[in-house]
Amino acid sequence: MKARIRKLATFLEETQNEMGRFVNPPSRRAAAVAVIENPCAGKYVEDLSELMAIGEELGELLTQRAVAALGISAPTAESYGKAAAVGENGEIEHAAAILHPKLGTPVRKVLGKGAALIPSSKKRGGMGVVLDIPLGHKDAAYVRSHFDGMEVRINDAPRANEIMVAIAITDSGRPLARVGGLTKDQMKGEDGLR
Amino acid sequence: MPEVEVRKKLMIIEEIYHEGGPAPTHPLRRSAALAVIHNPFAGHYVEDIAGFMEDLKPLGLEMAASLIAALGGNRKTVEGFGKGAIVGSAGELEHGALWHVPGGYAMRQLLGDAKAIVASTKKVGGPGTRLDVPITHINASYVRSHFDAMEVGIGDAPCAGEIVLALVMTTGPRVHARVGGLKASEIKGEDGLR
Repeated sequence: MKARIRKLATFLEETQNEMGRFVNPPSRRAAAVAVIENPCAGKYVEDLSELMAIGEELGELLTQRAVAALGISAPTAESYGKAAAVGENGEIEHAAAILHPKLGTPVRKVLGKGAALIPSSKKRGGMGVVLDIPLGHKDAAYVRSHFDGMEVRINDAPRANEIMVAIAITDSGRPLARVGGLTKDQMKGEDGLR
Repeated sequence: MPEVEVRKKLMIIEEIYHEGGPAPTHPLRRSAALAVIHNPFAGHYVEDIAGFMEDLKPLGLEMAASLIAALGGNRKTVEGFGKGAIVGSAGELEHGALWHVPGGYAMRQLLGDAKAIVASTKKVGGPGTRLDVPITHINASYVRSHFDAMEVGIGDAPCAGEIVLALVMTTGPRVHARVGGLKASEIKGEDGLR
């Protein structure tokens, strides 16, 4: 393992009822988060390939953990998203190096598909910073019922020399979605958009 | 008495590998189960609320069982526990106290007659309120290595007419515990204290 992991956390949320109406089946989403040492903290590093390799590793590990938390078979996952928070001795580009070049391929490998772009967010912050992980359908970004976000936070992370990396996976869209748009039954899932 | 109406559940699992010191053979695992329920007493003063404790018992048992499962399924690996509640703004602190009996006894029962009192905390707060749930050893409250706490919370809960109920279990001492005091190996396990 290239990543030096201090801590792993998993969050599983299940919404059963909203405004007095049952959500049936319940809307479920999971996030897996790794708190790792930032090997580039405290100095300017031109070549960020070490962080890119860490992203590849975490793409597989965190996707597997989120799917396991949902207790579903990986291909039945419906939406996904990713995010990273860099501690104060790092730069926002470190989050980009983890998230963008190599993390997506293993995510899609674990899920069996994933034609759509993986929506992402990143920030720099102190311990307890809130990460809002954007969510979108994994095969068709325009599926409106699956536009969503999941908040995660760990009170003791990221420390100054750490990075918090998160992947969220769901088995459904928003609870009681009803604002129209492309539905998952209508999507083709070929170009990643519709 | 009213039925317990659950809007949402959240399960959090943390695996702590190290905190800058030597990594233990097995990472420390801490897990929290949260349930967002409708507060049947919100909005006005109700004198007789105690019967709701009975109604909460099945939910307590379900949450305690889900924690043991999240920590690997073997109750013998569970060494620490704690509980807490966050009451939404239309309720009163006393409503949070309804969780003591059903939450505490559910964990003791499933952990094989744990001897120690279950450490607890509660507050009234808005959506996103964080709660530091205190943790102590399940058989002897004075075991110093197991004094711990886990921060929990949900971005969209509790709404005014809701209560967030929390149970926490852990698999061992703080990751680098070294401040002396009664050790887990020295427990007599008779009075729940030492």
